[in-house]
Amino acid sequence: MITPALTIRDLTIAIGNKKSPTRIVNGISLDLYAGRIQGLAGESGSGKTVSSLAVLGLLPANAIVTGSMRLGSTELIGLPLARLRDIRGRRIAMIFQDPSASLHPQIRIGGQLTDHVRRHLGYDRKKARAHAIELLERVQVPDATEALSRFPHQFSGGQRQRIAIAIALACDPDVLLADEPTTALDVTVQAGILQLLRDLALERQLAVLLVTHDLGVMSAVADDVAVMRAGLITESGTREQLFMTPQHEYTRELLASLPGAKTNSMNGDAE
Amino acid sequence: MSLLRVDDLAVEYRGAKVVRAVDGVSLSIDAGEVVALVGESGCGKSSLARAVVGMETPSEGSVQYRGRPVPTLGVRQRSNDFTSIQMVFQDPNSSLNPRIRVGAQISEGIAAARRRGMEATRPEEWLERVGLPATVVNRYPHSFSGGQRQRIAIARALAARPDLLVADEPISALDASSQAAVAEMMRKLALESGAGLLFISHDLAVVRLIADRTLVMYRGRVVESGATDAVWNESRHPYTRSLVAAIPEPDGKGNLPAAPTVAERAAWFDIVPEALDRV
Repeated sequence: MITPALTIRDLTIAIGNKKSPTRIVNGISLDLYAGRIQGLAGESGSGKTVSSLAVLGLLPANAIVTGSMRLGSTELIGLPLARLRDIRGRRIAMIFQDPSASLHPQIRIGGQLTDHVRRHLGYDRKKARAHAIELLERVQVPDATEALSRFPHQFSGGQRQRIAIAIALACDPDVLLADEPTTALDVTVQAGILQLLRDLALERQLAVLLVTHDLGVMSAVADDVAVMRAGLITESGTREQLFMTPQHEYTRELLASLPGAKTNSMNGDAE
Repeated sequence: MSLLRVDDLAVEYRGAKVVRAVDGVSLSIDAGEVVALVGESGCGKSSLARAVVGMETPSEGSVQYRGRPVPTLGVRQRSNDFTSIQMVFQDPNSSLNPRIRVGAQISEGIAAARRRGMEATRPEEWLERVGLPATVVNRYPHSFSGGQRQRIAIARALAARPDLLVADEPISALDASSQAAVAEMMRKLALESGAGLLFISHDLAVVRLIADRTLVMYRGRVVESGATDAVWNESRHPYTRSLVAAIPEPDGKGNLPAAPTVAERAAWFDIVPEALDRV
């Protein structure tokens, strides 16, 4: 039996004051495996983004998190900030919906790409630079060497997301959290980013948590899918199980509610 | 007479070299009609929208609203004849004033409508219409979520009782899963008031859902246009076909949509006459 890269058990998240905290996540369990993409679907407010932020301890100070999140043998809940910092970016990395918000507008790409490896892995300037060029080439940013000296605004949205992915991969993490990574992009650009994510997951044996509301994206790249609603996982399984033979009423409703005129043979009975 | 008529519009930006963002676009919108403008980032759709409301001066061609050219916005208050054109921007954080209560901001829209002789309305009504409780009228923008702020910006635009509402990527800054709901709300509210809606988006799934007609732009030109069903279901232009092919299908088969090849991209510049004005 393969051990998961990240194990989440009975995760609950409540936010608010001590007397009347609001439960946002009501006990979810998930296993992320190296080389596989775990999709997390659900509507606005279902708790999918909060759950992914909790993995990196990125919730506001008034959030109460219980349960267990284990990265290998390390329990992440209750981990002191200093140790969490060693894990952030180095063993668990994250990319977001809006790449221009995750990049610093006034720092050249080169600086943002080398920062992590110099800090976490102790690379010297020259080694970090060579590493950065290699990363940019891998995510197919053209003219990698030249790109290092440019600022984020000089790239298109798709290129910026590629750069954000390169930064996330800089320290060769075990887990990549991707929260709506292609939602802000044009569809033709999205196709390229999805291909890249799937290739990288396999070749670097990354365990990917892909949070998206877009079931098309989910169907294209996720190996396993979990559907969240009101803080609970209502259904989970392999991609084929979930799309072809959805068991839960809510999953069927989600599939039936898809906009778009393309006919889907699989959800013909759900419509 | 169309509500809005754009003829051979060109918008250019002068700098070290001249960028022709909009390159000869014509379109018209009737009252009670939802027209979508789609295309990748940088294709000129925002420049077109800005020219429609008078935020850019056309370098060629004309923009006519009810048969009269739309004047370029200046420092002075816009004449009452044109306050019935309203715009919703992508980012509610920059379109709302952070230091004015939301009720007062919506009242500015109401005042614009009153100057045109419309009867007075209350900001609470508009808040309720966009799905917010009337009790939030005295709060400031910072106490709302991004989606709620965009609803307030929409309420402010609607409070001016527009005949033409121009929305430039109004949903792309929103939480992904509330995008479709806000888009549908905009369609409903615009049509209820008999207005025309120009809806600009790169999200094809949403556009299919709400638009009567769709225009597809590529590099400053309209490459395909006409009835939404025809444009999406029997696309004639290679660019529209690439767009449709790039939408991943939720069939559970794990098929990645193919990213367009260099040769395919070259064909996107082609002019295909039969792709225009589809019915």
